[in-house]
Amino acid sequence: MLEIRNLHARIAEDGTEIIRGLNLTVRAGEVAAIMGPNGSGKSTLSYILSGRDDYEVTEGEILLNGESILELNPAERASKGIFLAFQYPVEIPGVATMQFLKVAMNEQRKARGEEELTTPDFIRRVKEAAAKLQIDQAMLRRPLNVGFSGGEKKRAEILQMALLEPSLCVLDETDSGLDIDALKIVADGVNALKSPDRATIVITHYQRLLDYIIPDTVHVLYKGQIIRSGDKALAHELEANGYADIIGQAA
Amino acid sequence: MPAVQETVDQVRRIDIDQYKYGFETVIEVDKAPKGLSEDIIRFISAKKQEPEWMLEWRLDAYRRWLTMEEPTWARVEYPKIDFNDLYYYAAPKGTSGPTSIEDVDPELLRVYEKLGIPLREQEILAGVKTSRVAVDAVFDSVSVVTTFKKELQKAGVIFMSISEAIREHPDLIKQYLGSVVSTTDNYYATLNAAVFTDGSFVFVPKGVRCPMELSTYFRINEKNTGQFERTLIIAEEGAYVSYLEGCTAPQRDENQLHAAVVELVALDDAEIKYSTVQNWYPGDAQGKGGIYNFVTKRGDCRGHRSKISWTQVETGSAITWKYPSCILRGDESRGEFYSIAVSNGHQQIDSGTKMIHLGKNTSSRIISKGISAGKSNNTYRGQVSIHRRAENARNFTNCDSLLIGDRCGAHTVPYIDVKNASAQIEHEATTSKISEDQKFYAMQRGIPEEEAIALIVNGFVKDVIQELPMEFAVEAQKLIGISLEGSVG
Repeated sequence: MLEIRNLHARIAEDGTEIIRGLNLTVRAGEVAAIMGPNGSGKSTLSYILSGRDDYEVTEGEILLNGESILELNPAERASKGIFLAFQYPVEIPGVATMQFLKVAMNEQRKARGEEELTTPDFIRRVKEAAAKLQIDQAMLRRPLNVGFSGGEKKRAEILQMALLEPSLCVLDETDSGLDIDALKIVADGVNALKSPDRATIVITHYQRLLDYIIPDTVHVLYKGQIIRSGDKALAHELEANGYADIIGQAA
Repeated sequence: MPAVQETVDQVRRIDIDQYKYGFETVIEVDKAPKGLSEDIIRFISAKKQEPEWMLEWRLDAYRRWLTMEEPTWARVEYPKIDFNDLYYYAAPKGTSGPTSIEDVDPELLRVYEKLGIPLREQEILAGVKTSRVAVDAVFDSVSVVTTFKKELQKAGVIFMSISEAIREHPDLIKQYLGSVVSTTDNYYATLNAAVFTDGSFVFVPKGVRCPMELSTYFRINEKNTGQFERTLIIAEEGAYVSYLEGCTAPQRDENQLHAAVVELVALDDAEIKYSTVQNWYPGDAQGKGGIYNFVTKRGDCRGHRSKISWTQVETGSAITWKYPSCILRGDESRGEFYSIAVSNGHQQIDSGTKMIHLGKNTSSRIISKGISAGKSNNTYRGQVSIHRRAENARNFTNCDSLLIGDRCGAHTVPYIDVKNASAQIEHEATTSKISEDQKFYAMQRGIPEEEAIALIVNGFVKDVIQELPMEFAVEAQKLIGISLEGSVG
């Protein structure tokens, strides 16, 4: 599904190198967790995958289903199936959540050469997906993310993910700012989207989220490289001993 | 970054490609000689078959105009206009005034068809066009046709060109013309009083709710010709009318002048809703050509509990200088101003409103949304003035500016003048940029860059779009999208 080979990337504005020779493979159906201390490049990786132009790839390759995506802009990548659930979802004043969803779904369909959704079909899909995430109709009429609580914002992200049906989901610190009840709703939402032809990357600082979204693989990111990979046990090891040991071994 | 060259190319393409009303119509015209003089004014007055008093009114204005200076306080720059190098009258041959649709030159009908303006009542009635709107079509210096006149007449509503009204309703004209914007109000208003050629006249009698939307469609076609629109709308006691004007012009390298005066009068309990979708040719990507839109619009809430509401969507013109205002004379009268001003390329906008509170318990509301892109400059200039005897006046003002790219400017210049301590004034102002975060977020969901910007901008202007008559809201939204195409930077 996703293959990252010897990736080097820097901040476009000042040239600071953030990703330094990163290798990572995520297979279809897999849930991969990426963990690492602050400043290790976790969020940067999510932005580079989704094509934010604040970063420049200087070396290496990112392949989605065998195809390079480096030349594609964020909208093109989204239409190819990459979805990023933001750590800090952005407010769009004056644009109702419902309207935003409709534009996004139809633009992706257009890019893939599919018919636009009819209004009844669109509404039916949104209602179904919203109910599962305990999102009420009133919230859908409000401008996107404007005045949403932390939990509402994260649920709205998962709602978009459910409706856009991506093949690669990237969750960036989705647990941040969530209480345990909200975390469960969000995790259930993510788990419900698991499928053999979809890969998920869960970026997180703490292992807490991984009690609810069980990863198949765990990768430790440090100074822009994956320094260790393992299974779920690795997350528990990190939780118990902190990052210092692993970082020490890698150095 | 590679994006820069792409942006430069896109900016280069704007306006020329985007302005879809830029076609020119070749039609035989009847023109006054170039230049401005008493003789030219006599020529115009004679063409319009005006009574002597009207000519005297014009000549008086002209003499005063000669002693006046062009205003320079607005934040706009342009070379000095040579007023003797313009034509002040141009009319399609054979049209000295409006006629019935059967008599209109088919070439002209095709123009309006191309512009999407419905003039054929039968088609409208048969539901070929969905909305029923009465239209006065003004081409250069004359009104060519006014639709639904008879039907409106049945309701007692007078809707005709101002030239006709001067001949047919001299008493109303004498009573109201120049009663809101006096002949000597300002340089361009005085010029207009001297040389105005056509515009619309609306009279809604006591207690009548005008049965349909009224609109005037202004088209400037002739080269080097100024268009001097004069519109007068009167709503008697308890009357209601909603009126919309639209404007377009061909693409030309020379600048053209549109100096209009619009006067609204609302008597006791009357309401006038005036909407504008201004889409004059804005000039090319280098800032060459385009319309100078120097306009004086003012409404007089003369009666108690009267209400005047201005809504404008300004996307065109090289230069816009325009401050639709309300004089809140009657007690408990209300003035509203809702504005979306979009500037791109080299456009310059200096626009806003004046709310003059004279009566007791008067209220006003100002919502202004300025959007600047390209190398344009966009200024909101507004005044709220509470006079000594205006007890318990209230005003709410909200001015938001949105910048797209980093070579444009947004400016907010509010003047607040309060002479009565019971007044309540609120003023909010924000300036923001379309953030990279918002754009990236929308694009990450699969929305291409230009659609993402259009979506964010439409969210920004939503409060004002809601104020437009429904028939025009969708069109206005599209227009804003088109005006901003290529603004990505």
